[in-house]
Amino acid sequence: MLSGTGITAGYRGPVITDVSLTVHPGRTVGLAGPSGSGKSTLARVLALLHKPFAGTVEIDGETVTGFRFRARQRTKIGVLFQQPRLSVDPRFTLRQAIAEPGGDRVDELAELVMLTDDLLGRRPHEVSDGQLQRACLARALALNPRYLICDEMTTMLDASTTAALVGVIRDYQTRSGAGVLAISHDATLLGRWADETVRL
Amino acid sequence: MVNLEIDRVSVRFALKGATVQAVNDVSLRIRPGECVALVGESGCGKTVLASALLGFLPGNAETSGSARLGDVDLLAATDHELATKVRGRQIGLIPQSPASHLTPVRTARSQLEEAARILGGDADQAAERAGLLPEHLDRYPHELSGGMAQRVANALALVGNPPLLIADEPTTGLDRDLVDGLLQEFRRLVDEGHAVLLITHDLAAAHQVADRIAVMYAGRIVEVGPAHEVLDHARHPYARGLANALPERDFVPVPGQPPLLTDLPAGCAFAPRCEQATAICEDRPVLTDDPHAVACHLPC
Ligand SMILES: Nc1ncnc2c1ncn2[C@@H]1O[C@H](COP(=O)(O)OP(=O)(O)O)[C@@H](O)[C@H]1O
Ligand code: SF4
Ligand SMILES: [Mg+2]
Repeated sequence: MLSGTGITAGYRGPVITDVSLTVHPGRTVGLAGPSGSGKSTLARVLALLHKPFAGTVEIDGETVTGFRFRARQRTKIGVLFQQPRLSVDPRFTLRQAIAEPGGDRVDELAELVMLTDDLLGRRPHEVSDGQLQRACLARALALNPRYLICDEMTTMLDASTTAALVGVIRDYQTRSGAGVLAISHDATLLGRWADETVRL
Repeated sequence: MVNLEIDRVSVRFALKGATVQAVNDVSLRIRPGECVALVGESGCGKTVLASALLGFLPGNAETSGSARLGDVDLLAATDHELATKVRGRQIGLIPQSPASHLTPVRTARSQLEEAARILGGDADQAAERAGLLPEHLDRYPHELSGGMAQRVANALALVGNPPLLIADEPTTGLDRDLVDGLLQEFRRLVDEGHAVLLITHDLAAAHQVADRIAVMYAGRIVEVGPAHEVLDHARHPYARGLANALPERDFVPVPGQPPLLTDLPAGCAFAPRCEQATAICEDRPVLTDDPHAVACHLPC
C-alpha cells in the first residue's frame, strides 16, 4: 500500500493542506481536480520527490523518512510526467534513456511499449511526443516499481497512443500487482481507466 | 475576408543521408466563418504545415505547392512581406507550447501592449477576452502556470484581430473549464466571420468546435468532411480507429505505429497497420473530392 496521510505541502506556502490518499496494490486510483489544486504537488510527495511540510508517506508498511536524494525507497515508485521532453536528457538515445535507471532489460522493455529498434537509436528531437512517452514508460518500469504515478501522462498524446499506453500499464499491473495513481483533468479518461477517482 | 487555399503543399527536410517527408501533397480550403480541425497523432506533420504557412520553417526545409490567402502566396512570400503584412494581421498564430514562445525577461503586459501598438489592437480587450486578469499581466512568463501562458498566447494571437487564426494544440494541459472557454471563444470568432484552423490531437475538442475535420496520417490528409460525419461515420480505417480509441468509445489503440517519414511506403502509408489492406493498396490512394472525402481504396 502507498499512502499519504495528513499531507500538507507546497513551495513558499502550502498548496495542499491535510490531504490523505491511498493506493492499494493492483488498483488504480484516479486523481482529478482543477489546475493549481495541487495534484502534481501531491504526486511529487508520493513519489518522494518533494518533502511535505507535514504528514506521513508510507510504502508497504514502512514510513518514509527521507525525500528526494535521501529517499531510500525511491525505486519502488515509477513516475511519468506530462511533458516527456522535459524528463529525458536530450543527448541520450531512447535506448540510453530506457537503460538509465540501471538493469539490462532494454529490449524487453522496448518491446513492452512497442518501440522498434530503429526508434531506440534515435534522440528525443527525432521522435514524436508519443514515441518519447513510450520510452519514458519503459524507463519507469525498468526497476519493476511497486507503484506507478502518472501525472497527466497522456495530455500530449492522441487517443490511440493514450489507449495503447494505458493498456501497457494495465498489463504490467496484472503481472506485477503494482498500484497506480492516475492524475488527469480528463474525467472521461479517468472514468474509463481508474477503479475509483478522488477529487482534490 | 478571403479563403485560405492550401494547394498540394509538401514539405521535406533534408537530413544527413535521409529526407523527412513531413507534409505530403496536402490540399485544404478554409473559408471565413468556418472552423476546420486538423487532427492526427503527434509527429504526423500538423505543426510543420502550420509553420510552412507562416514562414517559420527551418533552413533545411524545402516546400512545394502553394497556399493562397487573397493575393498572397504564403509559401512564395518573402520574410519581410510575411512579417509586415501577414503575421498577426492576416494570420494570428497560437503556437504549440506557448510558454517557450514568450520573451522571458518581459512581463505579459509589456509583450501584449507592444503587439497591440504594432498591430493597432486593444491590449486590455484582448486580455479580457482571453480570460486574463490585470494581476496576471504583470507576471513574467516563468511565473505563469501553463494555463495562464496559454491565455497570454491566445491574447497575443488575437490582439491584431486577424481574419484567420491558426491554433496549434491550444488546449494541451488546460482544464476542461478552460478548454470549454477557449473553444467558445473560437466559436465566437468563427460566428463573427473569422476562419479558424484548429490543430489538435484532441478529438473531443475538435468535435466540440469544428465545422469540418481533416484527419492527417504520415503527412497526408486521409479524410476530410463534416465534423460529426468524420467522427461518427469515419470512412478511412485510420480515422475510424482513432475515433474508436477515445475513452468514451472502445478505448482500444490502433495496432502498430506510424511509418517513419524518412521511409514511407510507395502505396498507402497506413497499409502495414490496416486490417483491410489488399494488393491494390500498394498503389497510393488519392483523396476523393466529395464533401466527405477519403483517401482509401476500400473505405468503410
Ligand atoms: N527541422 C526538422 N528537421 C527534420 N525533421 C523535422 C523537423 N521538424 C519536424 N520534423 C519532423 O517532421 C515530422 C512532423 O512533425 P510535426 O509537424 O511537429 O508533427 P505534429 O505537429 O503533427 O505532431 C516529424 O517526424 C518531425 O520529427
Ligand atoms: S488504402 Fe488499403 S491499406 Fe490504405 S487504408 Fe484503405 S484499405 Fe487500408
Ligand atoms: Mg505539433
